[in-house]
Parts: sequence; C-alpha cells; structure tokens
Amino acid sequence: MADTARDAPPEQTDFHELEDGEELFPEPATTQESQPASLAAEDISTNSNGPKQDSLFDDDPEDLFAEATEEVSLDSPERDVLLSDGPSPAITPITPPTSVITPRIGHTHDDMFTHSSFDEIEEEEGGDSFDIHISVSDPEKVGDGMNAYMAYKVTTKTSMSLFKRSEFAVKRRFSDFLGLHSKLASKYLHIGYIVPPAPEKSIVGMTKVKVGKEDQSSNEFVEKRRSALERYLMRTVKHPILLKDPDVLQFLESSELPRAVSTQALSSAGLLRMVNKAADAVNKMTIKMNESDAWFEEKQQHFENLDVQLRKLHTSVESLVCHRKELSVNTAQFAKSAAMLGNSEDHTALSRALSQLAEVEEKIDQLHQDQANADFYLFSELLGDYVRLLTAVKGVFDHRMKTWQKWQDSQMLLQKKREAEAKLQFTNKPDKLQQAKDEIKELEGKVQQGERDFEQISKTIRKEVSRFEKERVKDFKTIIIKYLESLVQTQQQLIKYWEAFLPEAKAIS
Amino acid sequence: MMEEVKEAASVLSVHDDSIKVTEVLKDGDTLTFIIVSQKLSGTGEYHVDRTYEDFEWLQQHLFSQEDVPGIQGVIFPPLPAKPQVNASSRSIKQLGFLALGECQPYCKALETFLQQVAAHSILSKNKAVEVFLTSSDPPGRQKVKKNIFNRLSQAVEEMRKEGHKDVDEFFQNERDHNLVLTGCTKTAAEKFLDVVATEQKIAVACGHFSTALHLCVEPGEDPDKQAFSRVCVKLSEVFESIKKNMTSVAENNVNTLGLGLDLESRYQEAEREMLFRRTCKLVELENARRNTEKAKPVKKAAMEEVKKAAETEFEHISGVAKQEIERFQGARVEMLQQALVSWCEKQLLTAKESADQFNQHLEVFRGMA
Repeated sequence: MADTARDAPPEQTDFHELEDGEELFPEPATTQESQPASLAAEDISTNSNGPKQDSLFDDDPEDLFAEATEEVSLDSPERDVLLSDGPSPAITPITPPTSVITPRIGHTHDDMFTHSSFDEIEEEEGGDSFDIHISVSDPEKVGDGMNAYMAYKVTTKTSMSLFKRSEFAVKRRFSDFLGLHSKLASKYLHIGYIVPPAPEKSIVGMTKVKVGKEDQSSNEFVEKRRSALERYLMRTVKHPILLKDPDVLQFLESSELPRAVSTQALSSAGLLRMVNKAADAVNKMTIKMNESDAWFEEKQQHFENLDVQLRKLHTSVESLVCHRKELSVNTAQFAKSAAMLGNSEDHTALSRALSQLAEVEEKIDQLHQDQANADFYLFSELLGDYVRLLTAVKGVFDHRMKTWQKWQDSQMLLQKKREAEAKLQFTNKPDKLQQAKDEIKELEGKVQQGERDFEQISKTIRKEVSRFEKERVKDFKTIIIKYLESLVQTQQQLIKYWEAFLPEAKAIS
Repeated sequence: MMEEVKEAASVLSVHDDSIKVTEVLKDGDTLTFIIVSQKLSGTGEYHVDRTYEDFEWLQQHLFSQEDVPGIQGVIFPPLPAKPQVNASSRSIKQLGFLALGECQPYCKALETFLQQVAAHSILSKNKAVEVFLTSSDPPGRQKVKKNIFNRLSQAVEEMRKEGHKDVDEFFQNERDHNLVLTGCTKTAAEKFLDVVATEQKIAVACGHFSTALHLCVEPGEDPDKQAFSRVCVKLSEVFESIKKNMTSVAENNVNTLGLGLDLESRYQEAEREMLFRRTCKLVELENARRNTEKAKPVKKAAMEEVKKAAETEFEHISGVAKQEIERFQGARVEMLQQALVSWCEKQLLTAKESADQFNQHLEVFRGMA
C-alpha cells in the first residue's frame, strides 16, 4: 500500500490525524526517562513494537503460538512452540517500524531496516513507488515416491531500489512458503499487522501428485496451488512493511534457502485453529474489556458479518462452478449425439449441417470449460482468500485484547505490590521493604510498557484495517473487471460460431 | 383409388396453417386450450376451447377410419403425451422438452399436431377434424369403437414381426433406416434436454449469487464501506445479466431446436408404427397365401377370397405408405432446417445482446475509480 500512501494525500492526513488525534487512553504518554533499566533485554525503546525477546521465547502458557503446529496435530498446549526458528537466521532480530514519536532506539542489532512508521517510510523512500510483480510458474516434480515434492519457479520483476536486480528468479517448494509465512506471522501478527495467510496444505492433493498420478484432477490441483502461491506472494509484498522484511527479501532473492525446520509450519488451518484457541482462551479469561473505543467494537462486528457473507458467497460460487462443469460435460455429450445423427442422415445437406452442429457444440463446450475456470479462479478463489484473510484480521483483534489483558494484569499486580509495600512500611523489615520497592519500580515500568504496547497495537490495527478495506475494494474491482472481460470474450466467440453456422443451416434445402 | 366412404367426407373450412393454440387455462387440475383458426371464406375466425381428452377423441376418430382404403399406410401426426398440472417426474420425463417453460413448447406441439392433421390430404377429410376445430360445443365424449391401432406395448409375438423380411427393397431400406434414425434422434433429444436443464440450474445459481451480494451491502458513511457496497451492488447487477443471458439461451434452445428434435423423434416413432402395421399386413398376407395353398378343396374358395382381400389391402397400404414416406422425408428436412435456422438466429441475437450488456457493465466497473 506504499503507493496509495504516496499518491493519496487524504490518506496521509489520516495517519497524522491518528497520531495527533484523541488519545486512546487517558494516561499520559510515557517518556523516555521513566524507562526502567531493568526492562527486557535488548529492547529499550519506549514505543518499540519490535518483537521483544521475552515475548518471543516466553513459554507463557497463554502464548498462542504454542498451538501453531502442523495442521493434523493435536492441539496440546504442552507441545513446544514450533514457531518458525524465530526471525530469519542470517540476521538478528529485526525491529519493525517504531513509532514516529521517539527517535530510533539503541538496538544492538545492525539491522538493515530501521524504518519508522508508515509516515517515515514515505519520507525516506521518496519516489520509489510500488512496482513489483511476482509470478509463480513451472511446477516441477522433484524426486520420487512419497519424498517427492513440487518445486515452483518464483520470478520477481521490479524497479524498486529495495532489490539488487530488476528481474530474478528462484526455485521454491511449498514448505518454503509456509516457512516464510510462519516467520512473518511470528514477527508481526502479535503487534497488530495483518499477515496474509499461506495457502492450505492438502494431504490428498499432494499424495496424488507424489504418487505420480498424471490425471486431470492432479493437474488441476497443481494449478490451483500455483495460483494460490502467486496470490499469496503478491498480497504479502503489497504490504509496505512486509515487503521490506528481510525474510521476504531473502525468500525472493536468494538462490538457496535454508529448509524450514518443520514443515509443520503455520498453515492457515493451523492459524485458524490458533485464532479459535485464542478466542476460546480470551473467553475463558472472561475478559470484560473496557472498550473505550467504539471503533474496535464496531469493526469487530463488521468483520464478523463480512465473514458470514463471504462464506455464503463462496458457497454460492462453488455451486455455480459445479454447474458450469456439468454443462460442459452435457454439451460434449450432445455434440457426440449430434455427430451420430449427422452420420445416420441420408439427406446430404442435412447431414452436413448436423455434423457442423456437432462441431459448434464441441467448441461451445470448450467455452464452457473456460468460463468455469474463470468462475473458479477469479471468484471462488478470491472469496476463499478473503475468508482466510479475515481469520488473520480477527487474529490481530484478539491479540489486541490479549495485550490489553497483559497490561491489566501488570496493573493489578502493581496494585497488590503497592498494598503489600504499604503494609511492610509498618513492619521492621528494611530489606523486605527495599525488595518490595524494587519490585514496584519494575512493575511500574511493565505497566507503562503494557500501556504503550496496547496503544501501539491499537494504532497499528487502525491503519491495517484501513489498508485492508481499501485493498479489498481494489482487489474485488480488479477481479470483477477480469471476469467481465472473460464474459465479453465468450459472447464474442459465440457470435463468431453462430455466424459461421447460420449459412450452413440455411443451405440445407 | 378412393372408394366411396360411408361417412360423409367433409372439406375443412379453415386454413390449416392459420390454426393456433393461443393460450391455456388452468382450472384446478384441468387444462383447457384455446384454439383459433381463420375461416377459408375469409369472414373471420373460429374460437374453440378443448381439453386434452378432446384431442384424444379426435385422434381416435382418425385412427378408426377403417373404410378408408390404405388408412394403415398413413403416418399419423403424433399427439404429444398427456400434460399434467402437478406432473409426476415420470410424466415430466416422458414429455421431455414439452414439459419445460410455462406451456409455450407444449402449446406449440399441439398446434403443430393440428396443423399437420388439417394439412393431410386424407385425414383432413374426416368430419371429426371439422367438428373439432369449428364446433363451439365440446366434441362428443362418447367412447369411440375400438380401433385397429393398439399403441400399447406390443406383445412379444408382435415384436417378432417387426424384424420380418420385406418383399420390397424400398420398404426394407426405409425400415432399416428408420430404426437407426429413431434411436439417434431420441438420444440427441435427451442429451439436448440435459444441456437445457443444466443451463437452467446455472441461471438459478446466478440468481442466488446476485441475491447474496445484496446482503453484503452495509449502511454507513464510511467511504470504504460505501465503496465496497457499491461494488457489491454492481456485481449483483452483473450476475442478474448473466442469469438473464442463461435463461434466454435455454429458452431459445427449447423453443427451436428442442421442439424440433422432439417433433422429429415423435414423427420417427409414428413412421415406425406405420411401417410395422404394413409389415403385419405382409405377414397376414403371406399366411393367407400359405393357407390357400394348403387348403382342402372345400375351403379353397373361401381362402382365395381372404387371400385376395389381403392382397388388395396390402397394395393399398403400400401405395399410401410410399406417398406418405416421400412426403414425410421432404417435410422433416424442411422442419429440421427451420428449427436449426431459427435456433441459430435466436442464439446469435442473444449473444449480441449479452455482449452489449456485459460491455456496459465492464465500462461501469472501469469507470469506478
């Protein structure tokens, strides 16, 4: 969305408005000096929304990523987190954009990208408009038997300075895509970024391919997957933050990619289950979140509704695709019977006309097949993609609630400690008192951090949602235009066929 | 050479090609068809209302003209099967194309039947036809005497006769050819019906999708929401257009080629029945000849009589049959040509209209900034 951020002034003002607008929370913004030194390891930024080391390797039972295992796994919380091996191996943990309010933090990492928020990106990049096109092609079976896999060629064409070259290609397999998604999800989901979900795993589909069954259904499966992978990558790079992520760049550019440790990477089914667990967990905690911002409540409801509608539409389109395929089959059968009729016919001219009829019907059959494909690849997959995207959207909302809860927990703990300290004042235990005071200081820092985190994720989500909504409209429009073009083309083909057949029919007698 | 018929032959007083079944009235389970025909004298038209039973009455009368020589050699215009208001699935299957649409295909089929009867040189002379088309009272519902055409499933012995070798090469060829053609036509009609049924399913599915899209429209002033709602509304219109297109395509199919294949199929059956009757007569004749040869002198004269009668009948039938076949072959080619031409023209028109509509939608979407 970097392009829209650049091109559309209203959007920029939007950001600023958010920034300067009403505070989400009544508490005053924290400043640098109140930052306790003993806070979590490397991350001393005030408003950093980077992946805190503690949260990353936190074996907090509430850590929802504990659930993010292979899709056929049992959802046991004890299972060790198979988060992607954290951030990309070659580079130390990256800080995603920090807020514009504070200057860059003193990270010890020599990360390449220390972009601040969206605003700063615009200023820094100046003129590097969004111009990147990724295609996934040439599926190739590698290996034999059950260890075989499909390798896809990922070609990137771009003029952006972000990349070393303007056109390059690499070979990737499905688990690489899942691995990429897993890394992005672990870095960005919990701070409010809507990370596009990866395509679904399919045991049945892949087994057919592995076994070497070269039939129409396995070809369709490979095509469906190829298309889905392409859409996945395009969606990912359209996100201005994700585009610059080193894992993404490495995925697109480097010829060798370390194999994703576990192919039990975050699949969207896993993601869905994770989100559902999150929802359950949240409910179990009976969070009565004091939603001081009606915007979030309204948006959540809106997305619930949208989810329901999209699923309905998806079902509707699937039935349409099914009927179209049936029409193609029936047309082909009719064509055959017309040919037989033509052959049995004595009258020469009528016989010829009937044979022509059979040919026309065969051509129409092909049109029906093409139309069925358009129905499917354009609409059905689009709707499916958005249903899956919405799970990611719901995920970030749930993360916000979790962030809020964490903040509240810290506050309550602080309260208790303060009470305990007050009591200790009256006893004669100076070292215990000092300890209490120390703990309180630490907790105060935590509370402030919690609040900042909450503020940050709320802000991020607002931006993300706005971006999502705009993308959604653009996406749909683009697909619909493609679809209409296919419809027009079909009719024009039909016109040609009928115009060719008419003189044949008239010439019968 | 036509003998004097006992029943006064009548001359039909209407133009055969002016006969139209203009509408059908539903009253509970009863269907009444309104039939309009132009007077030959040019002084106006006849309006009559008839039920399906009246059509059957007419057909029975046509079948029972035993005194018309060679009547069995006539290829009788086929009457469509009985329509039912709340049709069972079996009856729908039997009716095929005629069961589709409101009643337009069925009415057209009845109309064709009447026109063909009225245009037939032998059949049109039957008084029943005049009565049927012009009498304001319903034709008699009295039971007509049993006729020679038992169209119910033929007994096994009868079936064996169908394969009986012919004495005339012309007829043998015609019989063989008819057998093949009947099968092919029936199959083609069935497959085409399947195509139409699927087209109708698609139309319905598009309607559902269109409706579902309206549910995505959300109120509110949020510009993004409005933008998406607009997209949904416009897309819904697109699918309404697709639905209309599919419906037209299906209708065109039914009203032209569908009806054509249906009529051809039923007519082939009618020819087959006629050929079978003639074959039965041939078997009868051959039996009579054998009996005459074998007969004892006492019975010989009687057998001779029977044999002679059979020979004459067979000659008449064959004579009429030959004429009918030639006429039929010409008529069916013409009918099929007309069906194919009007099918092609209608589909061409529909395709052009749809292309225009889709283009308009395309422009709307392209213009939606």
